[in-house]
Amino acid sequence: MKSLRTIFGLTLLTLLLFGMGYPLAMVGLGTVLAPDGARGNPVYQGEKLIGFENIGQDFHSNRYFWGRPSAVGYDASSTGGSNYGPTNPEYLELVKNRIDTLMKYHPGLVKKDIPVDLVTASGSGLDPHISKKAALIQVHRIAQVRKVPENKLRELIENHAENSFFGGPDNYINVLKLNMALDELEIR
Amino acid sequence: MLHKEIIGATLIFVLSVTLAWPLGKFIVKVFRGEKNRMDFMSPVEKMIFRISGVNPDKEMDWKQNMKALLGLNLLFFLVAFIILSIQGIIKLWNPAGTGNWEPTLAFNTAISFMTNTNLQHYSGETGASYFTQLAVFTWLQFVSAGTGMAACALLFRGLANRSSGALGNFYNLWLKSCTRILLPLAVILSLILTLNGTTTNFKGLQEVSTLEGETQMVAGGPTAPMVAIKQLGTNGGGFFGPNSTHPFENPNYLTNMAENIAILLIPMALVFAFGFYMKRKKLGIYLFGVMSLLFISFVAVSAWQEVEGNPNFAGMGLEQTVNMEGKEVRIGPVASSLWGVSTTSTSNGSVNSMHDSHTPISGGIFLLDMFINAIYGGVGVGFINFFVFMVIAVFIAGQMIGRTPDFLGKKLEAREIKIAAIVVILHPLFILAGTAISGYLVTANPDLGWLNNPGFHGFSEMMYEFTSASANNGSGFEGLGDDTPFWNIATGIVMLLARFLPIIGPLAIAGSLAAKKQVPQTVGSLQPETPAFASVLLAVILIISALAFFPALALGPIAEYFSF
Repeated sequence: MKSLRTIFGLTLLTLLLFGMGYPLAMVGLGTVLAPDGARGNPVYQGEKLIGFENIGQDFHSNRYFWGRPSAVGYDASSTGGSNYGPTNPEYLELVKNRIDTLMKYHPGLVKKDIPVDLVTASGSGLDPHISKKAALIQVHRIAQVRKVPENKLRELIENHAENSFFGGPDNYINVLKLNMALDELEIR
Repeated sequence: MLHKEIIGATLIFVLSVTLAWPLGKFIVKVFRGEKNRMDFMSPVEKMIFRISGVNPDKEMDWKQNMKALLGLNLLFFLVAFIILSIQGIIKLWNPAGTGNWEPTLAFNTAISFMTNTNLQHYSGETGASYFTQLAVFTWLQFVSAGTGMAACALLFRGLANRSSGALGNFYNLWLKSCTRILLPLAVILSLILTLNGTTTNFKGLQEVSTLEGETQMVAGGPTAPMVAIKQLGTNGGGFFGPNSTHPFENPNYLTNMAENIAILLIPMALVFAFGFYMKRKKLGIYLFGVMSLLFISFVAVSAWQEVEGNPNFAGMGLEQTVNMEGKEVRIGPVASSLWGVSTTSTSNGSVNSMHDSHTPISGGIFLLDMFINAIYGGVGVGFINFFVFMVIAVFIAGQMIGRTPDFLGKKLEAREIKIAAIVVILHPLFILAGTAISGYLVTANPDLGWLNNPGFHGFSEMMYEFTSASANNGSGFEGLGDDTPFWNIATGIVMLLARFLPIIGPLAIAGSLAAKKQVPQTVGSLQPETPAFASVLLAVILIISALAFFPALALGPIAEYFSF
């Protein structure tokens, strides 16, 4: 009997402490110390929630910079990667098609200039970033559709290029932020 | 650019070691019950013990401790299994109204979290309510890690004892590992994550109107507290399906560093703690050196392969061939490989890139890492696994010089060697038998539809799943359609046996060593703190893993590599 009381007592009390007390305390503390971070860095336009800084969106219109391919179509309620192995013929076919699509929409583009992040899907399916190179090859297309000078767009890309501290990757761009800046460019 | 990423990976490793050293000293204080900085937790601990009727100072031998460990874990499993089965009925913290679980999935998942494995045959954002994520998963991520650490403390005590069978008190060591080691670290990491944009709230699905005028539903929730403990307790079970590739679980490179350090921190600290506990600091450093040699070589090979990338891309006319499939731009290939090796050596199982999409040799390295399962290893149990390799190495070294082997002043006799040999053989048995059975089933019924990839890679997917279950790792080649009764039950049983047999065996060894008299050290005694013994140990580890698994590796990753 005594050992039953022991295991029941320890199980339920630790469940209360670590399963409820600890997370509640962290939510409380987090909300106070970093209200924006605790909400996942939401982006509003007036009252309207138009995105989260770090959650990629599905850009496919000609007016915007495109992000990386996503195995889940940027569905942020059911995320994931393709889980294709590197020798899978189905996967290789898919990459070929992505290259062809890019070539079709970007006349004058040379295949060897296509950066690999623009033809492969991320692990989360929500990667908010592309490489600077991936943004630059889209400049000509967007300049024509939006009727803005190409160097303006290149400048915009330069201003949005991010670097990581402490040895992380360099020269990558948040597509949502870049596209928001792109819209503002037109308003001005 | 690449140079910078290599420096970044080195920095993560160096920081982990630097923090693990003082943490190792602190852990010894907690294990020994000496005064320490976390003494302010004592009223909470005392209250828990009082209500539960536990006398934390009562000394127990290895069998009593084992009973305590198994009894408590059995109830952990039952509670988890029941809550998962009736999840839909619980209205608390269930904004999306997620329903009940099918029994084999509940069985698999309850075992998975109880055994510190965190193999996930469900997807967090669609399958689990916030109540389940916190009151089942986060809770088990603490107490299962505490179980491993307490078992490790019992082993330390057994090796340090001079002819007494008392190993300490499991309940006491377990609770204090949770409240004094895991909890404070988890609080710090959780705050770092929230500050960087990991969601920490109870909002359900949120509706976003995208720039292109479409609707995107975004899952968030109380992510940071769970991610913190899943990293620190070598649990690995993520809040979202794709784990730490998800931008909410791992928003930027800084959080990636913090989470990667958190994977390595306690496993590394326990190796140092062994040295401090035994008052043989040098031995701790030697063991750490053997492990690190393997670790660093593995990271180097994996990162090199990922940067070399996919040769098929060159054939399509691309200049860049870096393997970015399943990887995030903000993390990059080198940090993905470092994490992959960290997570597979420590039986953590969280991922920041999709292991299924890694190049064949890199995936093979992850498998090899889990075959060994003792490079730093899971919290507590990793060191226990390493101890088994040490026993075998001492035995073989003893055979070479023709004497009865003695280790740390205790004679190793037939009983101890037999137990160690059985424990070493279990791991390949589970993996190879499991892979063979599933391979047979999938060949006989190709329409089962388990595999996401054909050929050699499909074979690797099945082997990875059993390896991950047997190593209590929890990562996966996630292309495998694993939420089926076969996989749920088979891997559930493997996780259970592979968790507890390798704890019971070594503790039986520790129990019998503890009661033995110290033999006087002579010139003929084996000195473990020597390069010679370190080489024997390294050779034993490599020979056991290579011999047992090489044929299987040749059928999977190696064959795939040559098919490029």
